[in-house]
Amino acid sequence: MPVKKSTCPAARELLFGDLWEYDPAPESAPAFIEPRYGLFINGKFVAPKTKKYFDSISPRNEEKLSEIALAGAADVDAAYQAASAAFTSWSKLPGTERAKYLFRIARLLQDRAREFAVAETLDGGKPITESRDFDVPMAAAHFFYHAGWADKLGYVTPGRKLTPLGVVGQIIPWNFPLLMLAWKLAPALATGNTVVLKPAETTSITALKFASILQDAGLPPGVVNIVTGAGETGAAVVNHPLAAKIAFTGSTEVGKSIQRALAGTGKRLTLELGGKTANIIFEDAPLDQAVEGIINGIFFNQGHVCCAGSRLLVQESVAGQILSKLKIRLKSLRTGDPLDKNTDVGAINSQAQLDRIRELVACGVAEGAELYQPDCELPKKGFYFPPTLFSKVAMSHRIARDEIFGPVLSILTFRTPEEAGEKANNTCYGLSAGVWTDKGSRILKMSAALKAGIVWANSFNKFDPASPFGGYRESGLGREGGKQGLLDYANLIQVP
Amino acid sequence: MSTRNFHALRGLLNDVGAVDQVGIDERVAKFATRSIKKNAKVFGLKLAVTMVDLTTLEGKDTPGKIASLCQKALRPHDATDIPPTAAVCVYPSMVKHAAKHLRGTPVKIASVAAAFPSSQTPLRTRIAEVRAAVADGADEIDMVINRGAFLAGELQLVQDEISAVLEACGDRTLKVILETSELETYDNIRAASFLAMRVLRPGDFIKTSTGKTSANATPGNNQVMLEAIRDHFLATGIEIAMKPAGGIRTAKQALHFLVAVKETLGDAWLTNTRYRFGASALLNDLVRQLVKEKTGAYQAPYTFSESSSAY
Amino acid sequence: MLKITKTPKCYVGGSFIRSESGRVAPIKDASGAFFANIPLCTRKDLRNAVEAAAKAGPGWATRNAYNRGQVLYRLAEMLEARAAEMSDAISLSGISKKDANREVRASIERVVHYAGWTDKFQALLGSVNPVASSHFNFTVTEPMGIIGVVAPDEKPLLGLLSLVLPAITGGNTAVALASGTQPYPSILLGEMLATSDLPRGVVNLLTGRRDELIPTFATHAHLRGLAAVGNLDERKALQIGASDSVKRLKLIPSETPTDWFAENAQGLYEIRDHLEAKTTWHPIGA
Repeated sequence: MPVKKSTCPAARELLFGDLWEYDPAPESAPAFIEPRYGLFINGKFVAPKTKKYFDSISPRNEEKLSEIALAGAADVDAAYQAASAAFTSWSKLPGTERAKYLFRIARLLQDRAREFAVAETLDGGKPITESRDFDVPMAAAHFFYHAGWADKLGYVTPGRKLTPLGVVGQIIPWNFPLLMLAWKLAPALATGNTVVLKPAETTSITALKFASILQDAGLPPGVVNIVTGAGETGAAVVNHPLAAKIAFTGSTEVGKSIQRALAGTGKRLTLELGGKTANIIFEDAPLDQAVEGIINGIFFNQGHVCCAGSRLLVQESVAGQILSKLKIRLKSLRTGDPLDKNTDVGAINSQAQLDRIRELVACGVAEGAELYQPDCELPKKGFYFPPTLFSKVAMSHRIARDEIFGPVLSILTFRTPEEAGEKANNTCYGLSAGVWTDKGSRILKMSAALKAGIVWANSFNKFDPASPFGGYRESGLGREGGKQGLLDYANLIQVP
Repeated sequence: MSTRNFHALRGLLNDVGAVDQVGIDERVAKFATRSIKKNAKVFGLKLAVTMVDLTTLEGKDTPGKIASLCQKALRPHDATDIPPTAAVCVYPSMVKHAAKHLRGTPVKIASVAAAFPSSQTPLRTRIAEVRAAVADGADEIDMVINRGAFLAGELQLVQDEISAVLEACGDRTLKVILETSELETYDNIRAASFLAMRVLRPGDFIKTSTGKTSANATPGNNQVMLEAIRDHFLATGIEIAMKPAGGIRTAKQALHFLVAVKETLGDAWLTNTRYRFGASALLNDLVRQLVKEKTGAYQAPYTFSESSSAY
Repeated sequence: MLKITKTPKCYVGGSFIRSESGRVAPIKDASGAFFANIPLCTRKDLRNAVEAAAKAGPGWATRNAYNRGQVLYRLAEMLEARAAEMSDAISLSGISKKDANREVRASIERVVHYAGWTDKFQALLGSVNPVASSHFNFTVTEPMGIIGVVAPDEKPLLGLLSLVLPAITGGNTAVALASGTQPYPSILLGEMLATSDLPRGVVNLLTGRRDELIPTFATHAHLRGLAAVGNLDERKALQIGASDSVKRLKLIPSETPTDWFAENAQGLYEIRDHLEAKTTWHPIGA
């Protein structure tokens, strides 16, 4: 055998072609979506008093999935009345009994996990691997975790007793429909509250399917009520006089308007709002894992994540290396049909969101940032946007300041830890941050310096029911998850 | 350990960069979620067959055992559309027996050599063994690095020994086994990969394990080495090949290893000159799954295995 | 011989200031005679106080907890040393000597109470969280930043301190508007703060009109939290203004009297009201 020669050392290109192309692998399990859903009030599905329904379409192919009831003020009132009536007995139920309901709900959700995953992907557009491996199991985990708290609330706050607030109005977003439902319902129920919950108008289906789990679990009627609709329905939920607390996850703009609307009412409030998270890469970081963290940080759920690592801050000495590694990595990232098990980046949730992403990307180009998108064929029907990198971004650019909520990464550089911290903190938001370095003491110093509720060191987009989540500054109020999250659903009463 | 040596290892680690263990493990878990169906599965299985270094490394190996192994490598199954394997891999004393069956065929003869698996003999003895294997007809030499020297920080010694073996190989392909389980950490595996690659020629291999320790190839150490190969290629243009060995027993595992290759190094490494599986039982399962894909019926394992313990 | 009277000044950024506006309002003693002119601080004075608090913030927040405890204890020593004078200041407005003494005693004990909390609240409010993945996950508390305090009119010392102390115990800095009806004790408190070891700018005390300053407390984006006692209109105004910067609000109705002497008017959860929880993840690997 002759001494082998390098084929073409000058090129040094990796070819990610179609030599071994994966065949389509669509998830085939049925989602069992009803043609029409009513409102879930007092343990039953009921027709809306408005007599109106709206279409829920799949962002995957723009096909109609179902008709969803539009709840008006009278419907929301009926939901609050039911929740208020149920509160009397639910709040007096021993914690051990509330726990059993929550454990049962967790188990029933696990039983039907695949069905819920498919429904979530059809309705929201996220890749089936994410709904299957993340959203649904994590939702079940939240119920399981909080179930265990229900009879142990006396251990949470030394010197104080936790008592339920009453009826809680909860409004959840479209990016993690079922998981956000779990984040909201589980702690509220564990602490003895009853709930009126409104899903986002584009993603109501898994919440309504979940109502059937509540029925199967035998949860007393009225403990959880689900009203569907858009902004007006949400306003009715916020402004109802029976609400003891409003818990909202969504945009900062709407969050501020809710805080304003509640002024003078004495209602409690928690907000989980937007972010412009900095993901900071130091030169000594494990670079390949950092690249994975960057990819996961911005392309997980198409970047529809409040804590998405949308601002990449790279130390100058490795900026070129990181950018070229990212470009290579993008070549094996698969964008397309979210129902395909090999899809990494699925469909954008709605036409409106797609329009916003397109507008901000156009703005980035106009402001002089350098755009990179891999060659990838997008499906003809449905809402899709290719993974996008912007390099040469300045702090003043709109793409470095505004939350895009899409698969778009802005890359900036820094030279010293102090500069990294300053740039990271130079925002009205404060939800999360990423820090990548091999030096332990630097991690702790950076973590302390960053104004953010969650700091992921050498990791990104990690979530757990035991880990409190929530932001500083204009990213929100309060925490969800962990023992800290329980306090936002309870009064603290002095123990005599 | 001398201060100088400590700095040498530290310097190498700094030079090639750190690896985060949890990050690697998460990355490879993603590969395992790839769904390989239909044509892609058949292509992948056949590709894997062509990458097998069909291996027997037992003290009780005989010329007869080698003969049947060679037949199996040449024709893994009656079905003619199942290709031959890349090579057979044997001890040096068995090279001449393998050569009788394989000379003139596409199946290569690989020989472990250089005091495999311990590497604990004088260098001149190891070199002599390599020369003997080459003389007997080995196309490829699988050596294992001096882990003791590596862990003691004597990096120059490790690299010099690789160079010496390489020279003894002449124009034959060299596969450098890192024995990943003894290096223990991903940081060490990455560093050792670079130490070897910096003296290897294009087409030479780095390889995970001897198969003689408690832990062998894993998706994680495979990934660390693939990324090292990629970084070395992008920096120098030199294409180093990769061979995970030991512990890959099922077709499903092999496909996930290949997914890692496809998504880390791309199409150019999806060939048996750039990627191999060191395995003995894997071939049976690959063939079994290929027959299943063809007939649609799940196959019993004993049709495809010589193992007497098959139930 | 004529007595030298004191010109009341506000304690801001470690200095004693009069309002930038030059405005003052006369206050009378219990007999109705003129006592002194109190500064009527403006929104600009509030802004300056916020600047001072911002300057002091990082240093105070990163002082070690033991040291913060000693600084607060020193404040108790200063109060104790001038307890009689403070009692007189409180009774200026006609409050009985006995009640004034009681308020001073309770205030000193409140300071001592919080001095002992500085190195303990973190251990009770933070946590190590057992997550399902291979990560070490822990939650610590951090100060929110600058807290705006609008003190109640009644209990001019105890009410003010009950709101300021938990904020600074947690590592925040505070900008406080003192009682509108009984501002003088806050003037005296400023002098005690100045002679304690509290770094300049950690506590800033303003006197002035609530209706003039509440809108600025509400909307100043650099104030990350508010602790305010007010009527419904004031609370509403504070929350509406606060929503623009998503401020953390602790609003106490003034319609129903608060028992500032009560056990539950102090403690861990008062400190918690001005803290953020920060959760850090790190992989566990070799």
